[in-house]
Amino acid sequence: MIKNLTSGEREISIFILVLVAIAGLAMAALGRADPLGTQGWIVILLAGSLLWLIFRAAFEPEPVEERLTSYYDDPIKIGIALSMFWAVFGMFVGVWVAAQLAWPNLAFDAAWSSFGRLRPAHTTGVIFGFGGNALIATSFHVVQRTSRARLAGQLSPWFVLFGYNLFCILAISGYLLGITQSKEYGEAEWYADIWLVIVWVTYFVLYIRTIARRKEPHIYVANWYFMAFILVVAILHIVNNLAVPVSWGHAKSYTIWPGVQDAMVQWWYGHNAVAFFLTAGFLGMLYYYLPIRAQRPIFSYRLSILSFWGITFFYMWAGSHHLHYTALPHWVQTLGMTFSVMLLVPSWASAGNALLTLNGAWHRVRDDATLRFMMAAAVFYGLSTFEGSFMAIRPVNSLSHYTDWTVGHVHAGALGWVALITFGSLYTLVPNLWKRERMYSAKLVEVHFWLAIAGTLIYVFAMWNSGIIQGLMWRTYTDEGALAYSFTDSLVAMYPYYIARAVGGLLFLMGAVIGCYNMWMTIKSVPLAARADDAPVASAAVPGE
Amino acid sequence: MPELFHRKIERSAILFVLGIIAAASVGGIVEIAPLFTIDETVEEAPDMRVYTPLEFAGRNIYIREGCYACHSQMIRTLRDEVERYGPYSLAVESQYDRPMLWGSKRTGPDLARIGGKYSDFWHVAHLTNPRDVVPESNMPAYPWLARTSLRTEDLPLHLAAQQSLGVPYTDEMLENAARDAYGQATPDTDQAAGIAERYGEETNVSAFDGVRTQVTEMDALVAYLQVLGRLTDAAYQDTAAPEEAPEPIE
Repeated sequence: MIKNLTSGEREISIFILVLVAIAGLAMAALGRADPLGTQGWIVILLAGSLLWLIFRAAFEPEPVEERLTSYYDDPIKIGIALSMFWAVFGMFVGVWVAAQLAWPNLAFDAAWSSFGRLRPAHTTGVIFGFGGNALIATSFHVVQRTSRARLAGQLSPWFVLFGYNLFCILAISGYLLGITQSKEYGEAEWYADIWLVIVWVTYFVLYIRTIARRKEPHIYVANWYFMAFILVVAILHIVNNLAVPVSWGHAKSYTIWPGVQDAMVQWWYGHNAVAFFLTAGFLGMLYYYLPIRAQRPIFSYRLSILSFWGITFFYMWAGSHHLHYTALPHWVQTLGMTFSVMLLVPSWASAGNALLTLNGAWHRVRDDATLRFMMAAAVFYGLSTFEGSFMAIRPVNSLSHYTDWTVGHVHAGALGWVALITFGSLYTLVPNLWKRERMYSAKLVEVHFWLAIAGTLIYVFAMWNSGIIQGLMWRTYTDEGALAYSFTDSLVAMYPYYIARAVGGLLFLMGAVIGCYNMWMTIKSVPLAARADDAPVASAAVPGE
Repeated sequence: MPELFHRKIERSAILFVLGIIAAASVGGIVEIAPLFTIDETVEEAPDMRVYTPLEFAGRNIYIREGCYACHSQMIRTLRDEVERYGPYSLAVESQYDRPMLWGSKRTGPDLARIGGKYSDFWHVAHLTNPRDVVPESNMPAYPWLARTSLRTEDLPLHLAAQQSLGVPYTDEMLENAARDAYGQATPDTDQAAGIAERYGEETNVSAFDGVRTQVTEMDALVAYLQVLGRLTDAAYQDTAAPEEAPEPIE
């Protein structure tokens, strides 16, 4: 991989890594009395390992000139590997925290392993580690193939990929050390947030420059979604994380947003992280890999336009439905509810568009577990967006809010939609990228599919049950007009469901581990495919148009 | 025809980027900006005090340990919540809270008005091992809090950051922050004398964890828990009656 960089590019990467290491050293020195110091050493260690890799290959011969006429796939390959690593890590932590709720002593009385510190490690591991790396990798793949252009940079894709993973590592190791902003899904502290802005701007510039090189007049629909994902996540990240650090030597900072305004900003961010990270980006995946795998064009171009702009506009209003009946002014709650209900239209337009694309290919859905992953993802997307609109309605929310129902809803989306579409896309992408005939074992893909479906269903049904029971117990009155149950009564009723949820999560994790093995064996032992036309000069496979 | 129009936008990356920014900006601007300009958004509470340095340090421990992941601090305007937890939360009660800790999940009960409901001793026992006092509990144990000294020397920096954001800490409070943190957990010492003067007579001065010679993280966290819901009386003044929970399921 480093062999494909020119000696000039190798020098620049050494320069950048030395700068990063110096920044790490500064953190270690200024923050020696603070957890910030430990984070500094982590930065030095990671920059040092990459430097070592480059030095080892420093005197390799210059790469061949022809590489510039082909697609740039090296960063995508590493991105897929990192994504699968984070999937196993994040899901393992998820199963662990789920088990802690049933058996609290599984924290072993240590600080770093208690529920409150592991929980953001789980959410960040799966959302940003697994999901984010999958998005970066697939977006690099899709933008090149649909634009018939090589990525507009030799080093910047690596900078984006490794820079992003440095952010993930700083964030997660920080939570275990007790560093957190406590903003849900945006817990990382100020220095990691600033670093992510640098990485993200590079990502945006790289993406736009690649699109500018396209040999197709139109920008394909998958790229609309990837662009919306990159742009809006940048806006959300910056606004939500505006903060004043205690000092240069402290990891701790204080957000500029107070109380009720902070609550609104937090859920404007939180809900749209769901919208633009976990929905828009993955719809980009869906719009490319589903038609490729089904060998059918996208059902409707008009539905694509309607759902894209509907999602981009409506979602940004919906965050306040997380704050029904709170001290947030009533008018904002009402706006949030209204737009959440309207969101069902573009959401179902997307889900419907995906499922109707499969018309004429249903025999493939039956035979091919990879395509079935994507079909199931579209179904779960439709179901969980319906559930989301439903839960945003005030009276429904009075029951569901603060309960496990919310957790179940999130996982219907995260497991059923995000993870399934990712696995389907990666099973399509891996043999293609490594130029193999097929995946190592179609049987194992099948096994993974059923483990994933069973895990998701067990998880979601357990949380529906526990959430609704919890919500009803809290509001049940005796005939004398007193509250019927203590809080502890409602907790005791949860235990069977907490155990069931951990089992569901374990099945899902097992599927991911099998997926890793299958991908590894594909790369190692499946014979090379004889295919020649995957280059920017050939006519590209642009589905849909 | 709209389709032709869209054919034009999707040929230009710049137009497309501008379109996305325009479409995605409206919602946030309309919902967030007025929260700063409409006066009724946050009520008046002239009696409200700021957190003492010890309570503030305890709040940071609450954040560090992720307590907000399982405990809300936001009592909704619903009858059953008001009867279970106390008067519903007002926006003014978190006006100095950066970040707010309203929470989104109740694996454990709401804590917005937990202050004063249990003794310091109960809290220390509960945090050391929750199952000693609530056998059914699934809360993690925090035995190391009582063993760990509280870091107080940088408290002036923390309060200065708060002050720069508009929280009414005086320069005198900043100067004495470390001393006040020590004093609040060591009653009858010289250091304890300044607390009432700077933060009000009702401030809770106590050897929270039962040990008077050292200020631990346990002291700070319990001091914070004991002040929750007690910074102002505003929620107990005449506010509107809570709503009946709707009955979607018969």
